[in-house]
Amino acid sequence: MATFGKQVETTIPALRRYARALTRDSDIADDLVQDTLVRALRSEHLFHGGEIRSWLYTILTNLNRNRLRSLSRRALHSPLEDNDAPDLAGPEAGSRDIERALATLVEDQRNALLLVVLEGLSYREVAEVQGVPIGTVMSRLARARVQIKSFLDGERPALRRVK
Amino acid sequence: MIDRDSPVTEEELHAFVDGELPADRQEAVAAWLSAHPEQAALVAAWRAQAESIRARYGAVAQEPVPDRFTLDRLMRQGRASGGRSWAALAAAAAVVAFLVGGGTGWVARGATAAAPNGFDAFTADALDAYKLYVVEVRHPVEVPGSERPHMTQWLSKRLGAELRIPDLQSIGLKLVGGRLLPGPTGAAAFYMYEGPSGERFTIYCAKAVSPETALRFKEGQRVAAFYWVDDKVAYAVSGPADRDQLEKVAKTVYEQVDRSGAKRS
Repeated sequence: MATFGKQVETTIPALRRYARALTRDSDIADDLVQDTLVRALRSEHLFHGGEIRSWLYTILTNLNRNRLRSLSRRALHSPLEDNDAPDLAGPEAGSRDIERALATLVEDQRNALLLVVLEGLSYREVAEVQGVPIGTVMSRLARARVQIKSFLDGERPALRRVK
Repeated sequence: MIDRDSPVTEEELHAFVDGELPADRQEAVAAWLSAHPEQAALVAAWRAQAESIRARYGAVAQEPVPDRFTLDRLMRQGRASGGRSWAALAAAAAVVAFLVGGGTGWVARGATAAAPNGFDAFTADALDAYKLYVVEVRHPVEVPGSERPHMTQWLSKRLGAELRIPDLQSIGLKLVGGRLLPGPTGAAAFYMYEGPSGERFTIYCAKAVSPETALRFKEGQRVAAFYWVDDKVAYAVSGPADRDQLEKVAKTVYEQVDRSGAKRS
């Protein structure tokens, strides 16, 4: 248990970072991390080998998907994402822009992009986390980058494609 | 966009940015980019995106970890909430993605295909049974759903395990009936359910070697299955490849076959 617990513990900072970027809300993010950790510790006997880090990202990604799904059930007509053109100036503009650009992505694309560029997972690891072939990860990544670029370039966001 | 004849594909450009190319290819792409300013600008834009994301969120990992995340507290919380709930199981589900090869069978990825384990053999049998009988109009089952008590007794005896045939009326599925089938390691029980618009779901179960396992999900183009082992019985719940709907069915089944009676969601 000691080593399993310790291994779980060392990933907490990275999980918090990923959750913060996923939810863009520090309270929701930490609740998500807590749920992830409680479930992981409780399910140690279900851990089927491999990398604990990928497994924890998988749990967190799934929990967030469940959270979004129950949110969308509660509010069928959720307000549209803020699609205004990005701010042109100001010291905080850059980081606000990327936050808003991320908000315009569909969930699977956001997950893939963040796992690769923020968490440094390999395409293969992301494929495991998302439970899809590597080719799907790559196309999610490509679409995410196109969408962010067009948002930051101030174009109208491309229509969301249903995958 | 990249020309058709271009020696560097757009996929490679992404792999280049993400350090996924082998070293020699990485160099070749870098050289190619120096002669292709348009693509180089695209690569630069993607890199800038990644930089902004890291600049915005990277510092979170340097923050001191709040007290609520100490192992002791987390473990206490885990014990307090107890049980092996479907929600915990589902969140930790090892999702196994499969490519359907040549429009016929299930082709597993690399190593899994070379060394079939209990999960692969079992879900393959379950999905074969699903595909075979779900299209059957006149004789989908041996014993009709109206003879539930008889069927329970018969199949329990043949499998050598005390079975419960789930009642899925609460989610609109009626028991069509069941049959006995050969499984990877002996007899298997097979139940079929039908929804109001004719959609069919099946449960395939048999005695398992391991006492319990994680939940797994296997998906093809048209069919999918959830698989788990609980209390030495393996279950595969198969149906149309709509993960949300199938998960609802599997969750209901899971909660009903549970013997400890302590499952919560």
